[in-house]
Amino acid sequence: MNMHMFQMNGKNIVLDVNSGAVHVVDEIVWDIIKLYEDKSLELIIDDLKNKYDESDIVEAYKEIQTLVDNELLFTKEEELDINYNPQNIVKALCLHVAHDCNLKCEYCFASQGDFKGQRLLMPLEVGKRALEFLVENSGNRKNLEVDFFGGEPLMNFDVVKKLVEYGRELEKKYNKRFRFTITTNGILLNDDNMKFINENMDNVVLSLDGRKEVNDRMRKTLNGNGSFDIIVPKFLKLVKLRGDKTYYVRGTFTSYNLDFSKDVLKLHEMGFDSISVEPVVASPENDYAILEEHLETILNEYEKLSSKYIELKKAGKGFEFFHFMIDLNQGPCLIKRVVGCGAGVEYMAVTPEGDLYPCHQFVGDEEFKMGDIFTGVTNEKLREKFKRANVLTKSECKECWARFYCSGGCHANAYNFNKDITKPYKIGCEMEKKRIECAISIVANGC
Amino acid sequence: MKHINTISGRSLKSTIAKGGCGECQTSCQSACKTSCTVGNQKCER
Repeated sequence: MNMHMFQMNGKNIVLDVNSGAVHVVDEIVWDIIKLYEDKSLELIIDDLKNKYDESDIVEAYKEIQTLVDNELLFTKEEELDINYNPQNIVKALCLHVAHDCNLKCEYCFASQGDFKGQRLLMPLEVGKRALEFLVENSGNRKNLEVDFFGGEPLMNFDVVKKLVEYGRELEKKYNKRFRFTITTNGILLNDDNMKFINENMDNVVLSLDGRKEVNDRMRKTLNGNGSFDIIVPKFLKLVKLRGDKTYYVRGTFTSYNLDFSKDVLKLHEMGFDSISVEPVVASPENDYAILEEHLETILNEYEKLSSKYIELKKAGKGFEFFHFMIDLNQGPCLIKRVVGCGAGVEYMAVTPEGDLYPCHQFVGDEEFKMGDIFTGVTNEKLREKFKRANVLTKSECKECWARFYCSGGCHANAYNFNKDITKPYKIGCEMEKKRIECAISIVANGC
Repeated sequence: MKHINTISGRSLKSTIAKGGCGECQTSCQSACKTSCTVGNQKCER
């Protein structure tokens, strides 16, 4: 599919898939474009003369032709021959510094923090070796990324601090730049670690689902109480002290809160202005899983949220919602859009023992163990499989208009639902397509 | 143009020449951790 046309938030929008150009058009152009490929101007005039003046049809047709001539409409697909990462460069690690957690969230994909294994904290030496592994495998890449993840990384915060310090040494020695990030549930936040996080982490992801009742139904403390009242004051404090540095309050929605736009707006109302709320990743047998039957409600909810988002932005009370952010002019290059997230290739997860997995979502599934940080990647076959899984090779993606925005979707979602990383997770695809439409319609409204 | 407002005239094709440097952020390191969203990432160049 080379063109995608949709109407949202009062705009007629035409996306030229292969060039990436986006046009907001009036009704006459909207009607002509639908006929353009199959009919001559004369036949189009015949079809539309009862609705529009002939001179207007000709004028609009000429505008369309100008865009076609400039390869901004009906652009043909380029033959892309992408040899992705032949040097097997690794540039990002998700460091599981703690396979343990001080919350027991019902929907946790990490099996309440232990990833179906032992409860373990990453020893400092393993962490240091992971950073060395990253530098050794990073080739000529300058920007390297390390996300401190868990379980709950604050349960091993001394190691986090020492690893940041070690990273700074490696930066100088090898002329690299580490971008450190941390994902936390907030329980152990205090003045000291907030200060350290704000000074040293390029981004911080704070887990909170939205309304108190929604959050507390899923995100429970070890004795079964809700976590909302403990974490919210800490998150607000951290964000206030953080100034202009990047952060996200990140929630998960489930089948229990299909009206999740209320949670997004509640987070905004509470004082957060950088928000991500995302669908749960769960097998269908779980009560809270997102199923096909929920899809229509969810898609409407995204659209409703996008209208409110525009309204708030226009009133000067806007905020950032991760999935509605899109930079149509300075976004990623086509190569990045084709190869996708890089899991199992340039991005890997490291367990407390030092084992390597394609990403945090595959940790604990032995079938996906790629090697370890001491000997490197030994499962070459697996790496090749991930390397080849992209929008040019996935049959369902090849024909999809959204292929250069979602970049083939999440491998883990595909595997969880279809037992095959090359078969996209359909429900996820539909949600992503709606989010892209919402994001473009927001730009089309000047926001 | 009277009938068409082009809000992005960027040609993805033109990004191939200088693209693929690999310096940009890995999408899952940004906020998502569960849903691949590459289109909203920033180019480092």
